[in-house]
Amino acid sequence: MNLFQQDHCLICNTIIQPAIGWRAIFSVEKEHLLCPACEGKLEKIDGETCQICCRPFRQFNEEFRKGDLCNDCFRWEEDPEWHGLLEKNHSLFLYNEFLKEVIAKYKFRGDYILAKVFTEFFKEEITKRNPDLLVPIPLSQERLYERGFNQAVGIINESRFFPSEILTRIHSEKQSKKSRSERIHLPQVFKLITETNIQGKRVVLIDDVYTTGSTLRHAAKLLKAAGAVSIQSLTLAR
Amino acid sequence: MRFIIKDGILIREDNEEDSLPITKIPTIPQPPINPNFAYNPDLQQLLTGKQLIIDDIPFTFNEIQTHYQNGYVTYRKGIVYKGKQPICARCGNKDPHWFAAFPCSRCGESCLYCRHCLMMGRISACTPLLGWNGPVPDTVYPTMILEWQGMLSEGQTVASDHVVEAIQQNQEHLVWAVCGAGKTEVLFAGIEAALSSKKRICIATPRTDVVLELTPRLRAAFPAITIASLYGGSEDRYLYAPLTIATTHQLLRFYQAFDTIILDEVDAFPYTVEESLQHAAIKARKLKSAMIYLTATPNEKWQRECRGGKRVYTTIPARFHRKPLPVPEFVWCGNWQKQLQKHKLPVNFITWIQNRIRANKQALVFFPHIPLMEKALIILRQLHPNIEAVHAEDPDRKNKVQKMREKQIPILLTTTILERGVTFPNIDVAVVGAEDTIFTESALVQIAGRAGRSKDHPDGVVTFFHYGKTDEMIKARRQIVSMNREGVRRGLLDG
Repeated sequence: MNLFQQDHCLICNTIIQPAIGWRAIFSVEKEHLLCPACEGKLEKIDGETCQICCRPFRQFNEEFRKGDLCNDCFRWEEDPEWHGLLEKNHSLFLYNEFLKEVIAKYKFRGDYILAKVFTEFFKEEITKRNPDLLVPIPLSQERLYERGFNQAVGIINESRFFPSEILTRIHSEKQSKKSRSERIHLPQVFKLITETNIQGKRVVLIDDVYTTGSTLRHAAKLLKAAGAVSIQSLTLAR
Repeated sequence: MRFIIKDGILIREDNEEDSLPITKIPTIPQPPINPNFAYNPDLQQLLTGKQLIIDDIPFTFNEIQTHYQNGYVTYRKGIVYKGKQPICARCGNKDPHWFAAFPCSRCGESCLYCRHCLMMGRISACTPLLGWNGPVPDTVYPTMILEWQGMLSEGQTVASDHVVEAIQQNQEHLVWAVCGAGKTEVLFAGIEAALSSKKRICIATPRTDVVLELTPRLRAAFPAITIASLYGGSEDRYLYAPLTIATTHQLLRFYQAFDTIILDEVDAFPYTVEESLQHAAIKARKLKSAMIYLTATPNEKWQRECRGGKRVYTTIPARFHRKPLPVPEFVWCGNWQKQLQKHKLPVNFITWIQNRIRANKQALVFFPHIPLMEKALIILRQLHPNIEAVHAEDPDRKNKVQKMREKQIPILLTTTILERGVTFPNIDVAVVGAEDTIFTESALVQIAGRAGRSKDHPDGVVTFFHYGKTDEMIKARRQIVSMNREGVRRGLLDG
């Protein structure tokens, strides 16, 4: 505990009152990053979810569910072109209004330090999966210059892992302005950096938000073709 | 973004080995003005008196650099160091917990950035702050500047003359005017004086709603003058204007711009709270300039400075309608919070409400906290179903205020958000729990100032229900009483 500098919540900047008690005195002090109010607004994804994309079933109607899968993933898997490419996605939190604001401030306003909000949870999931490569979804050159950093690389670095930046982007248009069908039927948006050998590697793709899963599946397709044995993904929000 | 100095000029070189982010360059050379250079008038309009970052403006870096090399644009460091301590050059933040670093793709280094003013675009160690060094844009002034035809009260006239004088002499002046004195009209002659001697002038206030309210009034008074109205998301951000109305927050984008700054509601949040906004006001004025402060409730320090002769000020102790300010009465109401836990309210307060409902007189009732107010609402609704409550985060806030204006709501419960700015013509006012620390002297004076605003209904009842009188309550009443006394003494009140 630092007696002279109080911890401020990374998100709302209120002073975090340290817990007082025997446990606080005798246990290794954990860094206080969030106040209890902000921490409470992050909703961990739990309960029954789609076996591929991690969408919680309680969020939507039974009629959109196909066995263990959500309707969207079912449609992806039906298509032989996409079948089995993305083995499994895991997302840390629900993309609620609060998290939307936090992620927007992190990547659009460029408040890099907010990456730390997620690192503890991120480390835990990566350690569980223990992949050979952590591959961040890339930004175009223009976008990278504009923002100053890649949000997925930021999370990987701040969690003390090594990002394998082996993908680059061919197109530079913004994803968020396209409809689902436009995104799915897009020709390949990524390119593999030449001389990358990923033969037999187990890859986890890293992105900030899983929306339609099309970005991640395009990346997976490329990596699979280049010889990766399995491709999973981890995102902050779903 | 990285620079080197070559032949006495700062040049962008992202890949050269001895290039540096701008903050690490010891001194930034300023090339002399090249009088033969044809500068871009749009850039001139945009940058005059400003401190902007490249991401703020629709010009390429090359164009900006050419203007710099010809002496027309200035570069300043976004982050400056005082010894080892970083300071944000835009917002003045020097608090270490408001800084963080990131691996920056622009300069390729671990780059320190300011989190404090991040929402206005990130300032980091490799960010140049852009300014204008060339001639100021030409403004054509009409022969008739002020077209306002109204009359000033006696008290307003005195203050107005002092404001004119302070603006002409580049002095500081405080106008301490009671709620309802008519502060805005007091400024008109001063603004006219400034504009007629081609001075650039700014009215700054902490609150966006005040900017929105002032803009049409000033456009009507100065119809031939270009007015820029600036708040978060406003459309005038690229407009160069002789008269600017802005939130104090927007002042962060200005640098040595104004010959006169008028700071309205200087006591209101967040100006006194936030050092950075004081920093903004000081940065935005020219070195030789006038500063006019306008408030109904100066803080204790300022009041002391006034009494001690250390601050030049003028009071307007009487309202425009020449009737005294309603003086608050104090009524003890016991442990009202405990009663609320048992779903009850103090009897004397209930009676007060019933009397208003019976007499068909609207009232505004202030509570210190939202949860308590909502408990009280449930109880009071039994007296009248149309009673409503409003607070800062209420999405229906505007609508409820509007319904109060239309007299569809008999009693409106509120937190301190309606303490200033909002005017209902004929209401009584109560505070429940006036002892709470949220009710400072200035908050209570503002609250009392909601009553008796119109000339048709110049009196209203103001009651502070409390569980133990506080100094703040006493000081608030004393301030109101002394203003009334001064009004009588100066002959500004009618019988």
